[in-house]
Amino acid sequence: MLSGLARRTGASPAQLTLLLACLALAAYAGFFLLGDPALLRMLIWFAGAALVHDLVLFPAYSAADRALVAAARGHVPLINHIRVPALGAGLALLMFWPGIVRQGGDTHLAATGLDQAPYLAHWLGLTAVLFGLSALVFLVRVAVARLRR
Amino acid sequence: MRFAVPTVRFRSPLRGPWLTSVLGVTLLVALPLVIVTGLLDYLAYGPGQSIPGDVGLLHLPATDWPSRPSWLFQVTQGLHVGLGMVLVPVVLAKLWSVIPKLFVFPPITSPAHALERGTLLLLVGGILFEIVTGLMNIQYDYAFGFSFYTAHYIGAWVFIAGFVSHAVIKLPIARKALRSRSLRAELRIPVSATVQEESDGPDGLVAPDPAPPTMSRRGALALVGGGAVFVAAITAGQTIGGPLRDLAVLLPRGRSTFPVNRTAVAAAIQPAATGTAWRLALAGPTARTLTRDDLAQLGQHTARLPIACVEGWSTVQDWTGVRLRDLAALAGVPSPASAFVESLDDGPFGRATLSGGQVLNPDAMLALQVNGTELSPDHGYPARVIVPALPGVHCTKWVRSITFRAA
Repeated sequence: MLSGLARRTGASPAQLTLLLACLALAAYAGFFLLGDPALLRMLIWFAGAALVHDLVLFPAYSAADRALVAAARGHVPLINHIRVPALGAGLALLMFWPGIVRQGGDTHLAATGLDQAPYLAHWLGLTAVLFGLSALVFLVRVAVARLRR
Repeated sequence: MRFAVPTVRFRSPLRGPWLTSVLGVTLLVALPLVIVTGLLDYLAYGPGQSIPGDVGLLHLPATDWPSRPSWLFQVTQGLHVGLGMVLVPVVLAKLWSVIPKLFVFPPITSPAHALERGTLLLLVGGILFEIVTGLMNIQYDYAFGFSFYTAHYIGAWVFIAGFVSHAVIKLPIARKALRSRSLRAELRIPVSATVQEESDGPDGLVAPDPAPPTMSRRGALALVGGGAVFVAAITAGQTIGGPLRDLAVLLPRGRSTFPVNRTAVAAAIQPAATGTAWRLALAGPTARTLTRDDLAQLGQHTARLPIACVEGWSTVQDWTGVRLRDLAALAGVPSPASAFVESLDDGPFGRATLSGGQVLNPDAMLALQVNGTELSPDHGYPARVIVPALPGVHCTKWVRSITFRAA
């Protein structure tokens, strides 16, 4: 009978119980938001975070990477010497977006007594350092390879 | 029967169960630390003061937050925010590694599969929601327009639900995948010798027609690990301080060795209210009203203590002032069960209740000075509470009254 259940549902009773228990936990947590006037906004940001990642961020960085690979014509070391600093700069931009694009200036000022002016320049500087270091390592690698030849 | 549908083609030769499992197990080990330290923060706010208020059973067993060691909250909250940020590149890499699963067709094959996909939405939506709200909060960006505390706390439990079911269901698969190749051997394979993992089925992670490799698995792991080190390098300074603080160039708390949280202007503290007219009201059986000179006449205590914020940053300073336990004795409650502190600030954190243990800690004080000079207006002049291991937001500034309550 249990194996019949498993065949009909696609999972073992233990797995089904686990899935249902975890969904129940999430529903129980969500229960404490009922009546919160901002509930809809929370749901939009929750689903939006996943959708923006899957349908915007992922396609965008994949397309950029494909373009890079095509432009570098299979020159593997060169690809990675661009890829690595670009990912580092992109990660920093993504994580520290609010400061870099100056979003939330009033609350930032109230909390810290400081404005958001320096972050963009800091990010540009950080990006320059990442690409600069990568270029340096690339040149050293090229030089070493030539010496060995 | 399978239908030919226009699908996205995933051609990276690196995707496969082994790589996904390495990333997954990393998160399986590290994320519980972020979760537990986050739940501890809820406790650290103290009974009746945690936000959101009513969470039913969704909290760690209630206990009085200790005031020893003094660096306790600095470590737990620094770890919560710091490790949370360091794991962002690992989370993104993990999502990259499993993205083909998102486009599997048909999307649902059985009732259980539908349930599992539901828990995956909790997992992926949950982790991204926690990362986004957490990162925005530490940068004081509230564009989301809801209570950060409520959303981040409830969101955490939704994520926990997805995380537990995913970990339990996938652990056997991950174990098998990790055994399929040796990490040590993998770390010796250069890009030229990199080939895809063994096929894991028609809807698997391994690309059926992989593109030529442009990176080895060693390189991919180094890239993710390097990303984590990079994030650590530009964020750890806000918690650890020292020379690392200068590297935290994108964080508000990398810009000062003694950051301000909520300025006197933002709290609408009127200079007239903190001048000679200021009085400290002590409530208890022998209620007192003290001027600042009266306070300065009392026995002064100096201690080097960290002050740590829920946003993960902290700073260690030399505080000087009157011990809270001396003030409690003065008010006629030598062994208080609690103390209720009120500020001139009418804002949401303009009051806090301290436990008896926190009041009686010999380093807990109403500070008048920091580093040998008077407190500045932004740091709480004329007087502020400083209690070891207490969340900074409860180290009330611009104190106007303290009510000591007996057991």
